[in-house]
Amino acid sequence: MKRYDLIIIGAGPAGLSAAIEASKRGMSVAVFDENARPGGQLFKQIHKFFGSKKHKAKIRGYKIGEQLLQEASDNVDVKLNSPVIGIYPGKEVVVRQEDHIFHYKADSIIVATGASENMVPFEGWTLPGVIGAGAAQTMMNLHGVKPGEKILMLGSGNVGLVVSFQLLQAGCEVKALVDAAPRIGGYGVHAAKVARCGVPFYLSHTITKAEGTDCVTGAIISQVDEHFKPIPGTEEHFDVDTICVAVGLSPMSQLLMMAGCDMVDDPKRGGQVPVCGDYGETSIPGIYAAGDVSGIEEASSAMIEGRMAGICAAQYLDFCTEDEKKESLKTLLEDLDDLRQGMFAPKNRGKKIEKTEEGIDISQTLLTKGHLTREEAERFPGVIHEVGVHPVIECTQNIPCNPCQDACPKHCIQVGNDITALPQIDPDVQCIGCGMCVASCSGQAIFLLNEDYEPGFASVTLPYEFLPLPQKGSKGKALDRAGQPVCEAEVVNVRTAPAFDHTALLTIKVPKEKMMDARFYKGLGCTEGVEK
Amino acid sequence: MIKANDRSNKMAPFVPAEDDDLIICRCEEVTKGEIRKAVHEGMYTLPEVRRYLRCGMGLCQGQTCGKLVKGIIARELGVKPSQLEAATGRAPMRPTELKIMGSEKGGA
Repeated sequence: MKRYDLIIIGAGPAGLSAAIEASKRGMSVAVFDENARPGGQLFKQIHKFFGSKKHKAKIRGYKIGEQLLQEASDNVDVKLNSPVIGIYPGKEVVVRQEDHIFHYKADSIIVATGASENMVPFEGWTLPGVIGAGAAQTMMNLHGVKPGEKILMLGSGNVGLVVSFQLLQAGCEVKALVDAAPRIGGYGVHAAKVARCGVPFYLSHTITKAEGTDCVTGAIISQVDEHFKPIPGTEEHFDVDTICVAVGLSPMSQLLMMAGCDMVDDPKRGGQVPVCGDYGETSIPGIYAAGDVSGIEEASSAMIEGRMAGICAAQYLDFCTEDEKKESLKTLLEDLDDLRQGMFAPKNRGKKIEKTEEGIDISQTLLTKGHLTREEAERFPGVIHEVGVHPVIECTQNIPCNPCQDACPKHCIQVGNDITALPQIDPDVQCIGCGMCVASCSGQAIFLLNEDYEPGFASVTLPYEFLPLPQKGSKGKALDRAGQPVCEAEVVNVRTAPAFDHTALLTIKVPKEKMMDARFYKGLGCTEGVEK
Repeated sequence: MIKANDRSNKMAPFVPAEDDDLIICRCEEVTKGEIRKAVHEGMYTLPEVRRYLRCGMGLCQGQTCGKLVKGIIARELGVKPSQLEAATGRAPMRPTELKIMGSEKGGA
């Protein structure tokens, strides 16, 4: 029986991070993953991540995956197509590889198996065309296949919002975003990106039927009452061929249960999870849990949790000293703590937050319709008016994110030491209009306004991630935050640069009185949806 | 004792509902009505219902329906889903053909 100092189950962000820390300290490490490719869900994430520099903020998820894989590749043995089918006493790990069952023995184990998608049953939910949002993402971003043409998205958490935007980028039409909750669950900036493409939000609504006999040909949604029961007479039909379900994730923790770890059903952490210490230590010495399997969060925190578990395993087997462990864990715990702040922090889940940390009223339109109103936008510190060109930062919720602060070469944007604070603009520094802040904002919430572009006209520079790019000089409509046309617009500049990392900067000319409304551009000749 | 396992109380009789035909476990084609009925027939926990109806024992091993079945049982018993005993975690975690199960190697 082959022995390892450490066996890691799952080669996603947590598992790979754990492997890096453990192998760095001299442990022999094997990583088993049931998939054909390593990286877990990271390689599907084509959007820029939130956080700060140390969390690899503003880098796209798949690039973080590539970096992680590169770092791990030298010393770690990643075994793919290798589902672990059981953990037995004495840390014996049983794996299915090709047509055989192999037994391995470890002195320590890190379980980083991640999570699976939740489903919600409704009439017709077993029809082909009803898919998980994660499945849609796999089809688009890994295999280059459009999941459908006309989509109804169920669920307004970050997964539902991010995948809706990616569906739009892939050229699908997202007909509606539906959630039974009365408020949007994910980041406002993610919702705003989807809303300004014209996708309507239906909060306090649920899907009651998927129509079709052999596959989905339509969907019916209904408004729900306070007990989440559909209200008769409120039915609305949508002509769709695909229904994406993004109603949360469940930890895949069965292996930990089988290993004999104490478990708890904690709805706040997503379901059945191991009872864990701060660093992922389970009730069994030498067995650790890291990433979504120990409570649903996101990839950035999974990577930190993985590193912590890797260090703990190393110390458990005396590959590093107690002091070294303590020192490394201290910094990592601080990094993790940063990510767990703000109005979307795990501790605030389910709480209704009315005001920002700065005491400003949260936009209610953003929570129900997915976008700010012009009046609401004006009350936030990032929205200012000045002569000439200047940024307008429509970042209105306290989320742990600050790349904009480092982006400005003139240091005109400040978030401060509190990573969740809303960005502020220093009015004494003259903006040079370079657009680095626009491209660096993972939430695509920064715009450049030139209030005096031409007599009677202003220019709005906006982040644009659709192909083909509009040509300089082309004409179309400026859309407002809800995706409704507000005026004629002319594209006066299109900027791309390696430093923008695939976010193009589109500058449109609009009548000055519309400069606080125009937040997106739709070229002429596009009959529906956004420019493709 | 938590209410979920208290078998001394008499349960209200089974009342058919409109959505009883809804398939919950798609691998084994078990409906919501069958699961609700099973509770009234004395199956109060996830492992019991699994053995009784085979829901959650198909290809996906309950990955898709586990939470749904738990919710239905809990509602029928009038308890919170988190109060119910979880389904047992047991090898093989992933569906494995018997010929593979029979081909054990020490390790490579």
